[in-house]
Amino acid sequence: MAEVDKTQLAQFLLRMGDNTLILGHRVSEWCGHSPVLEEDIALANTALDLLGQTSLWLGYAAEVRGTGETADDVAFLRDAWDFRNLLLVELPNGDFGRTMMRQFLFDAFHSVLLGRLLQSSDQTVREIAEKASKEVAYHVERSADTVVGLGDGTEESHARMQAALDYLWPYVGEMFASDETDRALAAAGVAPDPANLRDDFDALIGKVLAEATLHIPDSDFAHKGGRTGAMHTEHLGHILCQMQWLQRVYPNANW
Amino acid sequence: MYAQMIKSTGEGVKSRDEMSPEEAAFQEKVDADIKIEPRDWMPEGYRKTLIRQIGQHAHSEIVGQLPEGNWITRAPTLERKMILLAKVQDEAGHGLYLYSAAETLGVTRDELTEALLTGKMKYSSIFNYPTLNWADIGAVGWLVDGAAIMNQVPLQRTSYGPYSRAMIRICKEESFHQRQGYDIMMKMAQGTPEQKKMAQDALNRYWYPSLMMFGPSDAESVHSAQSMAWKIKVNTNDELRQKFVDQTVPQAEYLGLTVPDENLKWNEEKGGHDFSEPDWTEFFDVLKGNGPCNTDRLNARVKAWEDGEWVRDGLLAHAEKKAARKVAAE
Repeated sequence: MAEVDKTQLAQFLLRMGDNTLILGHRVSEWCGHSPVLEEDIALANTALDLLGQTSLWLGYAAEVRGTGETADDVAFLRDAWDFRNLLLVELPNGDFGRTMMRQFLFDAFHSVLLGRLLQSSDQTVREIAEKASKEVAYHVERSADTVVGLGDGTEESHARMQAALDYLWPYVGEMFASDETDRALAAAGVAPDPANLRDDFDALIGKVLAEATLHIPDSDFAHKGGRTGAMHTEHLGHILCQMQWLQRVYPNANW
Repeated sequence: MYAQMIKSTGEGVKSRDEMSPEEAAFQEKVDADIKIEPRDWMPEGYRKTLIRQIGQHAHSEIVGQLPEGNWITRAPTLERKMILLAKVQDEAGHGLYLYSAAETLGVTRDELTEALLTGKMKYSSIFNYPTLNWADIGAVGWLVDGAAIMNQVPLQRTSYGPYSRAMIRICKEESFHQRQGYDIMMKMAQGTPEQKKMAQDALNRYWYPSLMMFGPSDAESVHSAQSMAWKIKVNTNDELRQKFVDQTVPQAEYLGLTVPDENLKWNEEKGGHDFSEPDWTEFFDVLKGNGPCNTDRLNARVKAWEDGEWVRDGLLAHAEKKAARKVAAE
């Protein structure tokens, strides 16, 4: 099997950790504001899982980079152009329906990907995937149930869920847009080529969205630039303003 | 506990001669530390007072998510962010147990929510103060949860079974909350000059509002006397406040922070600290709705409830459709 280049491995780990970091941040914004108490608890739980996964992915990324950084340094001291998350996860929460639709689309992708990472040739990747896949199995079950419940609920909830899907759909294609790094990692058996995950993803979401009586948009247009860092949305900078503020204003403080 | 100024019957404690046979039997059980359970007979005043008290506590947990939630997206490290998120999640969980305990007394969670949102029921005055710097998150854990625990520990022995059991669970989590708050304060107090300044600023702003959490002196209150006879209140407000001050002052000293009270000194004779009373005019202003954050806190809860209506309706409609389909298939 091909040897993996450290820069490419680090790139992959940032893609994993930045997805969970940024989505965890977005989901945590709901704390205290959700439609019902049980949802407050469930959303906080999802955010906690994602942030726990972030520590593992970014901790390993720091180790691979070999610059003596910690997971916190990686999370709090990079600028937007160094982030490698999907554009999908940095989009604003919108209403509860859009938040849950975004969660479902990400969970579906995440669960398929983590399933493959259980066979990674890299032991640490495999160990993180083992822990994360158990949590994500629950996330996707819950977000799928909510998407079905609201899609096949009232006329209003159906319309809102369809609008959410229409808005988010152009951000789905990026999940599967592979590049040189992905091909190198696939050749080394570290991670699957994302392009090969699409069929499983389509099968999973097809079933759930049909049950939710929602219509998948016909367009296959995809916004890209998050996972390569070429062009994020305007939203990422605002997230970082909040997230990194204390670390930036008071550098080298111990918190 | 997060309940303040809870009114009971207002009639004072009845003597045995004034009690009906049912009331006397009830009081004997309470005196013998036998728990009252939902199906047991209980005086109407006991039931109503408990609903007010447990409901106010539940509302405080829910509104209490807001000042701390204010810092989740700005927490300075991944670990601090996770701890804070877990803590706020615990508070939502406490709200859930307490609403469930209140439901055993014949009131629904929706009714209690409506009473909160229309301002008919209150939540603790403390949550109407803002969290302005990161050390406030430490101070809330150390002082606010610390004050809450003072009240909650004795309430584990309260006479009403479901309330007592909820308190036992809640106390376990609250003492973890207090420790994490103190841990933040330690880091800040031992940190850079700016961090130390944040810690002192937080203590300055949270000291008196924390003392107010116990409520004004109630040694003469007929409401408190009745609640104590029913064992739904265990200590007077002044006793608890004294205990809180005596516990907290050495902790502040250890942190190298100054409690903002010039009159604070150890009184050998009484075996406790002398300290200044908080400004009770401010306290009553906050209860009336004029605290720094009352309007914003309540608006945030109203908005969450109103924005969530379509979600609750949607999920309910789906559950009904599903049930109907199941019936049709059978």
